[in-house]
Amino acid sequence: MNFLALAAEILRKDLRIEARSREGVNTLLFFSALLVFLFRFALGPTEAEVRQGAPGLLWFAFILTGLWGVARTFQIERENDCLESFRLVPEGLGGIYLGKVLVGCCLMVATELMILAMFGLFFHLDLWVATAWLVPVLVLGTVGFVAIGTLFAAITAQLKAREVLLPLLLFPLVIPVLLPASRLTELALAGESFAAEPHWLRLLVVFDLVFLVLGYLTFPLVVED
Amino acid sequence: MVHGEIREVGLRIRGLGKAFRGTWALRDVDLDLAPGEALVLFGPNGSGKTTLLKILATVLRPTRGTGVLGGADLVQERDTVRRRVELLSHESYLYEDLTPRENLSFAAAIRGGCPGGDAVAAALERAGLGAVEDERVRTLSSGMKRRISLARLFVGKSDLWLLDEPYTNLDREATKLLEAALQEHRERGGMIVMATHNFFDGFRLATRVAILARGRLILDEPRGTMTLPAFQELYALRTEGGGR
Repeated sequence: MNFLALAAEILRKDLRIEARSREGVNTLLFFSALLVFLFRFALGPTEAEVRQGAPGLLWFAFILTGLWGVARTFQIERENDCLESFRLVPEGLGGIYLGKVLVGCCLMVATELMILAMFGLFFHLDLWVATAWLVPVLVLGTVGFVAIGTLFAAITAQLKAREVLLPLLLFPLVIPVLLPASRLTELALAGESFAAEPHWLRLLVVFDLVFLVLGYLTFPLVVED
Repeated sequence: MVHGEIREVGLRIRGLGKAFRGTWALRDVDLDLAPGEALVLFGPNGSGKTTLLKILATVLRPTRGTGVLGGADLVQERDTVRRRVELLSHESYLYEDLTPRENLSFAAAIRGGCPGGDAVAAALERAGLGAVEDERVRTLSSGMKRRISLARLFVGKSDLWLLDEPYTNLDREATKLLEAALQEHRERGGMIVMATHNFFDGFRLATRVAILARGRLILDEPRGTMTLPAFQELYALRTEGGGR
């Protein structure tokens, strides 16, 4: 089986499980709502304060919920030791990584859309104006975070202290994604194009590619004995 | 249908050892298995039976020694070996929120097989799961879950079946079904390595019996005319003190 077909199988299987158990989706939605609610109190009532703090807080919320999302994709595999069964796959283990990245992206994008909708509602932000610029930032930022997050979720999946280790290892590494994503989100929310600061976009694209390639190449080493 | 190469070569391992953090779980194991043979491994808890099966399945990498299945090296040609083995492990490898049918289809697909819906349905029917094939695994008993794992053997066309305590949670009917499948597999020229504490059923199936103790293979003989009481006596003598 080639790696794309393997990725499609993983995606189909995981989304089916998520749709049935609803454990992951319900937790993510509840957690997201709670975060936005807390942010509403943290930020002052004036529009200037909101505009200044919103991009950073948005990505803080995305990363927190995304962290839970990438961990969840391997939590499914721990039940009945399904992770071990990956060691029986003859070829294309990188396809499992790609499938998990796609699942993580689906979970994270669904959460991001909900967080954005709540942000718009609670902070009176006109997100429709920013949509054209916001969409590529969300996609690139999400891919970058999930690409490296999936690799570390796989590494820590079988460790006892995984809940502590995953954020500890992951947070410093996502800074190259978080910084450009926050700055580009700030520009997008202000209705400005990225032309004035194209280096942020280039940085985001480069780190997405680096993390994806790194994850694809090293994932088999993580899974195998 | 087994691979032609398997018919000629079978399984051969030499000096196989596995250490976990400096502790040897398996040491200097030599083993040969010809097509059509069923080797049943007995041994006390912690004697290395599961470790040996997992090395043969390529789930674990040996610390030292070599192994060849049908001409393919267990370490260097892992992908080829994986296409030729099926492991029935302690763990079910089942997703609780999928149905038996979905679990089987997924397991076959990721291992490179493309069984049609009919092949999966036939395997489930044979395992006595026809009535529950679209129920979520979570709602099934542990015996039924074990039957799903058995059905996985029926879908694939592997040469070497590696079975770790296959009788666990099986009722009499399922045990008969397993034995019929094992017999059929052997007649096709397939090989079986089984680890079990069930002397009665295991000994009946074996063409060869082996004893592992403290990670060493201390007995490996054709069953021949040996009787079960004689073997049990031998086992007690060789593994006195729990094999320690």
